[in-house]
Amino acid sequence: MYIVKRILTMLITIWVIATLTFFVMKVIPGDPFASDADVLPPEVLENMRDKYNLDEPIAVQYVLYLRDLVTFDLGYSIQSQTRSVNAILADGATASALLGIQAMAIALVFGLLLGILAALNHNKIIDYVSMFIAIIGISVPSFILAPLLIKYFAVEWGLLPVASWGSWEHSILPSLALAASPLAVIARFMRSSMLEVMNQNYIRTADAKGLSTTKLVIRHGIRNAILPVVSFIGPLFVFLITGTFVIEKIFAVPGIGRYFVDSIFNRDYPVIMGTTIFFSVILVVTLFLIDISYRFIDPRIKLTSGGD
Amino acid sequence: MTHLLEVNNLQVNFKTYGGEVKAVRDVSFHLDKGEILAIVGESGSGKSVTVQTLMGLIPTPPGKIKNGEILFEGQDLLKLSKKAMRQVKGSKMSMVFQDPMTSLNPTMKVGKQIEESILTHQNVSKSEAKEKAIEMIRLVGINNPQERHGQYPHEFSGGMRQRIMTAIALACRPDILIADEPTTALDVTIQAQVLDLMKDLKDDLDTSILLITHDLGVVAETAERVAVMYGGVIVETGTVEEIFENPRHPYTWGLLESIPDVTGDEKKRLLPIEGSPPDLFSPPKGCPFAPRCKFAMEICAEEMPPPFEAGDGHEAKCWLNDPRAPQVEDLIAAGREPS
Repeated sequence: MYIVKRILTMLITIWVIATLTFFVMKVIPGDPFASDADVLPPEVLENMRDKYNLDEPIAVQYVLYLRDLVTFDLGYSIQSQTRSVNAILADGATASALLGIQAMAIALVFGLLLGILAALNHNKIIDYVSMFIAIIGISVPSFILAPLLIKYFAVEWGLLPVASWGSWEHSILPSLALAASPLAVIARFMRSSMLEVMNQNYIRTADAKGLSTTKLVIRHGIRNAILPVVSFIGPLFVFLITGTFVIEKIFAVPGIGRYFVDSIFNRDYPVIMGTTIFFSVILVVTLFLIDISYRFIDPRIKLTSGGD
Repeated sequence: MTHLLEVNNLQVNFKTYGGEVKAVRDVSFHLDKGEILAIVGESGSGKSVTVQTLMGLIPTPPGKIKNGEILFEGQDLLKLSKKAMRQVKGSKMSMVFQDPMTSLNPTMKVGKQIEESILTHQNVSKSEAKEKAIEMIRLVGINNPQERHGQYPHEFSGGMRQRIMTAIALACRPDILIADEPTTALDVTIQAQVLDLMKDLKDDLDTSILLITHDLGVVAETAERVAVMYGGVIVETGTVEEIFENPRHPYTWGLLESIPDVTGDEKKRLLPIEGSPPDLFSPPKGCPFAPRCKFAMEICAEEMPPPFEAGDGHEAKCWLNDPRAPQVEDLIAAGREPS
């Protein structure tokens, strides 16, 4: 029952996002064929408008769009007319997702580790060093970190390829650059959560049982401290796997990050809609999965369809 | 005769930004097998710090054990390595804490929390541990132990959680059970149930109990001997009868007078002890109670009184017990009203 209700809500959410995006997009001044208007004969332009239904009233365009959307047909890009939006997303999504998953893994492993170590050594040198790293991770923008990584790892030491995409080696530097800031955020969050948990009475109870420090920290400390961290891992993960404009640009990764920006510049209506819907579907589904997973990681939470 | 537990001249300080707090200044007491000793005192008197030191639960720093020894079966626990100490806590000596609502891990099944203690100290299989845990849940008087074993703390009421805490503490049949204000967070009817439970289990399992409380009603009902703590020092110690019938320290008098009288229709004012407890950043060199004491003499502010014998096992650290001191009756006659 809960799941059915949630899925319905998700569909409504996506419909609302699609509707809003559609009309906001139409409000932006400009035209996908503005730059072609001087070179192409009017008949051709007319033809193009007709193909993309741009000659219809907006309400009709909207209905036609929704009709296609329910059949998962996102249409054809205006910019590169031979490619369907589905194909563009499918091509780019693999690279972006791979990059995002790797970055997320790095950020999670090292972020949690750093946060836990810092908390367990509160106000000692390890704590200060960890938090110094975290501050750097948060405050150095990726467009500075990425060139620095390239300069040292690729150019000076020649360990890894400078840019481009292909082998696994190509994905290491962009993953690192992408991971830096979420790593720092996770580290800081985990540290404060862990500090709070380690001061709880049940930690003292566990200590009074004569448990070893490892068991105390893992079973009673981390287990509880990680709960609040999980709630913001979801959105973070979505942002990472749906591609990032800056990192993909710098490392020449053929992801979908650039379409989010380029499509708006080109008024490429089908691609704008496509990227937005793609992003919101992944976000909504991830949040749903996170909510479901809470049922398993926090026994106090029961999934109910709720009265009010 | 050697005691099961003997604490001698224990001194514990805490470093804070404001200076060093001398929380426990010079505490000595002993506990025998099968006995219930109550440590009574107001908040901040050092009673909780004392027992947490016994269990090795004081974080160092900021805590620092300046002096003293804790002899358990003749062995000084303060000299044990952390690892050796871990074998004592939870196994030979265990503790029930004040607030059952927050003292259980919210994300772990209660059964697991009991088993954890068994598996840590006893060489048993997981299924044996589970059986023992269920047995403990039954023993502390919870119905459906089989089913309750698989539930989480939030599915239990406060009193039930304190029973679970007791089950955890007693799971390894410890020699000593330390109960740090076990009933403070519970309502009165549940308090009585939990105390009765502890007394019953003490007889069944032959465990000695060190009961920390500020509730003299609880003391009278439960304990055999009492140590009264004030300002980081044990000011009076003796059997329950001696302390209630023949108290020898003005602080104990104050405590006894401050018990509200609920019998009779007559309206009576509550009798508080005027003043506030000593500043433990710089404790007085004399008796800590002297500034609040109606009968304080010059020497009281100058010198800490030694323990004066007042009968079998009854000691009071108060100069009034010195043969040279004036009789309390004379002081009252001279205008010093006892409260």
